[in-house]
Amino acid sequence: MDRQEYNITAYTENQVGLLNRIAIIFSRRKINIESLNVSPSEIEGIHRFNIVIVETEEVVHKLAKQIEKQVEVLKVYFNTNQDVIWQEMALYKVPTDIIAEKVLVERLLRENGARAVVIRKDYTVFETTGHREETDNLIKALQPYGLIEFVRSARIAIIKASDGFHLKLQEFEQREPSEEVAENEFLNDRDAVFTM
Amino acid sequence: MTGAVATLQALVAEGVDTIFGYPGGAIIPIYDALYDFKDQLHHVLVRHEQGGIHAAQGYARASGRVGVVLATSGPGATNLVTGLADALIDSTPLVCITGQVFAHLLGTDAFQETDIINITTPITKWNYQVTKAEEIPEALAKAFYIARSGRPGPVLIDITKNAQQQAFDAPDYRPCTHIRSYRPAPVVRPEYIEQAAALINSAKRPFILWGQGVVLGAAEREFRAFVEKSGIPAAWTILGVGALATDHPLNVGMLGMHGNYGPNVLTNECDVLIAIGMRFDDRVTGRLDKYARQAQIIHLDIDPTEIDKNVQTTVPVWGDCKETLPLLTALVEHKAHPEWLARFHDHMAQEVDAVIREELFPTSDELTMGEVMQQLNELTGGEAVIVSDVGQHQMVACRYARQNQSRSHVTSGGLGTMGFALPAAIGAKFGAPHRPVVAVIGDGGIQMTIQELGTIMQTGVDVKIIILNNQFLGMVRQWQELFHQRRYSFVDIQSPDYVAVAAGYRIAGQRVDARPDLRPALARMLAHPGSFLLEVMVTKENNIFPMVPQGCSVAEIRLR
Repeated sequence: MDRQEYNITAYTENQVGLLNRIAIIFSRRKINIESLNVSPSEIEGIHRFNIVIVETEEVVHKLAKQIEKQVEVLKVYFNTNQDVIWQEMALYKVPTDIIAEKVLVERLLRENGARAVVIRKDYTVFETTGHREETDNLIKALQPYGLIEFVRSARIAIIKASDGFHLKLQEFEQREPSEEVAENEFLNDRDAVFTM
Repeated sequence: MTGAVATLQALVAEGVDTIFGYPGGAIIPIYDALYDFKDQLHHVLVRHEQGGIHAAQGYARASGRVGVVLATSGPGATNLVTGLADALIDSTPLVCITGQVFAHLLGTDAFQETDIINITTPITKWNYQVTKAEEIPEALAKAFYIARSGRPGPVLIDITKNAQQQAFDAPDYRPCTHIRSYRPAPVVRPEYIEQAAALINSAKRPFILWGQGVVLGAAEREFRAFVEKSGIPAAWTILGVGALATDHPLNVGMLGMHGNYGPNVLTNECDVLIAIGMRFDDRVTGRLDKYARQAQIIHLDIDPTEIDKNVQTTVPVWGDCKETLPLLTALVEHKAHPEWLARFHDHMAQEVDAVIREELFPTSDELTMGEVMQQLNELTGGEAVIVSDVGQHQMVACRYARQNQSRSHVTSGGLGTMGFALPAAIGAKFGAPHRPVVAVIGDGGIQMTIQELGTIMQTGVDVKIIILNNQFLGMVRQWQELFHQRRYSFVDIQSPDYVAVAAGYRIAGQRVDARPDLRPALARMLAHPGSFLLEVMVTKENNIFPMVPQGCSVAEIRLR
């Protein structure tokens, strides 16, 4: 079966040591994690892992079940790149004098969808977000002008076709009501919360 | 109250009566509190923490309750590692409580500090470090709930010394019944039950494989009802043994590498394979790409990760088999499969001729492991709890021990832990005090945890120990003989005078090396009040057959 990039999305409790528990599921099978992002989700107390690996669907399917089996994991989804909207963020630090002198900065920013985050006498920091090849473009553009430092974030991804995790959590809570009802209260008035 | 008292109150509230442990610096506050709990909690002082956790495993497996272990920090905690790995792979419910250095010393390489939480993460179902007394009741409530619910497993709670000492206003203990992120049993899907029943009803040569899930789910009665109504031949994995009595007419024997001939060969001839509470371990399946390719597979399991993990199923039946089996039984037709069953009997007859008769009733002068089990069966009537170690004798014990009831065979299945049996037998006796407990151990395995004879001496627990001494690390020797041109590399192991060692621990014993002495010695052992060590000198180079060589299909099982 073909190996390709998969985006694993795990909703978890915010608990010490869980990152290790999840990481071990990959490392014991000698699977390298290409990208890992953990952050609070839209639901208080629930964190969201975005993990990118290159594997076959069969392997990813088993891994997802193994992760979901962990006590503090609520739900795991996995998707190919076609099924998610994903972004990475990149920061570029370049000497301000060279940039100011030699580059048509405005054009550079427009062409790469970038923006200046910080402009100091000694250096300027640009930022772009996008897919890998998009953020790579600005590296190429800035390299001749003395790129000092570059950093790229892990991937974050939103699943295109999904009811979202809210619905699932509601089902959970209806079936076996939790004693810790903080999320329920939140969910009950989430329409109000999300009204724009 | 202090954290230490809260810990013990939690154990009492969870119905714990026996704990196995070994004190040390970082768990002294709990041991100090234990001094006042002597009437409620029976503490068994083992000789090594590994012995403590294996004893707790034996207790849990024989009783169906949660085994509890106490150990101190650092080396005390790391000595639990083998038992945790063993308990996880064999789904044994345990709660291990380890002491830890003061919270303010965490991460400083303090005396006897190890990061036991991270060490045990891959070998526990769940673990948690308590650094404040207030956390103790909830952490322990969760620990017990997680350990025994769903697919059971070991849990470790690490409690810092300050949390044990700290006084706090403890609330009334509330057992845990729900954790938001934990779904112990998947929801049963009726459509899968219907599909499974339809498949079973249309099958010409259906075959049931059952594992420990039946025992863990306490579904022995439901399982028997299913087998008897459907009339399907059923075979067991080594941890499933006893869920259906050995002499039940539809029990066709043991699966796997050293299982019976018929169940292995006919796995590759059945048309519908119904796997119940088993996980298609590689010792059961042999080569996967040649495993039951012709069969439609129904898999009943409480753990969704087991379904399609090794073998692709046609119909997955998620759920607790105590719940799913009756639903399935209601839909299957009352049937018998006499011709198909006869094929199992034909294969068994071949196996008896080729292997079993000579193993159980040898014509040579030397004693065999099989005849020891045969004699034991006759004397105990299949009522004893057998606790076997790991190696050739284990396969003999599993193959030949008669088991009339469930929870009668405790052995290290998934991990294959040598040294398991002696401490596990001690625990099994505490877990099933009214049943005779017989440990069957090789001369290699006994020497790994022989210090637990001291635990027997001190507690006066009644455990019968049979050492089957072939003066070799027999299973490795067998492999070296069959697959490494008889290059016997470091398998020739010497033994002490076991009877004298036992005597040193004030345990009665006898050594047998001639056939006429065997039965009287076994009878003497069983009649002896208290523990007894019986060393039986058996054939040095006997092999365990049948055997599915590694990398072969189950149909390629060798009778010789």
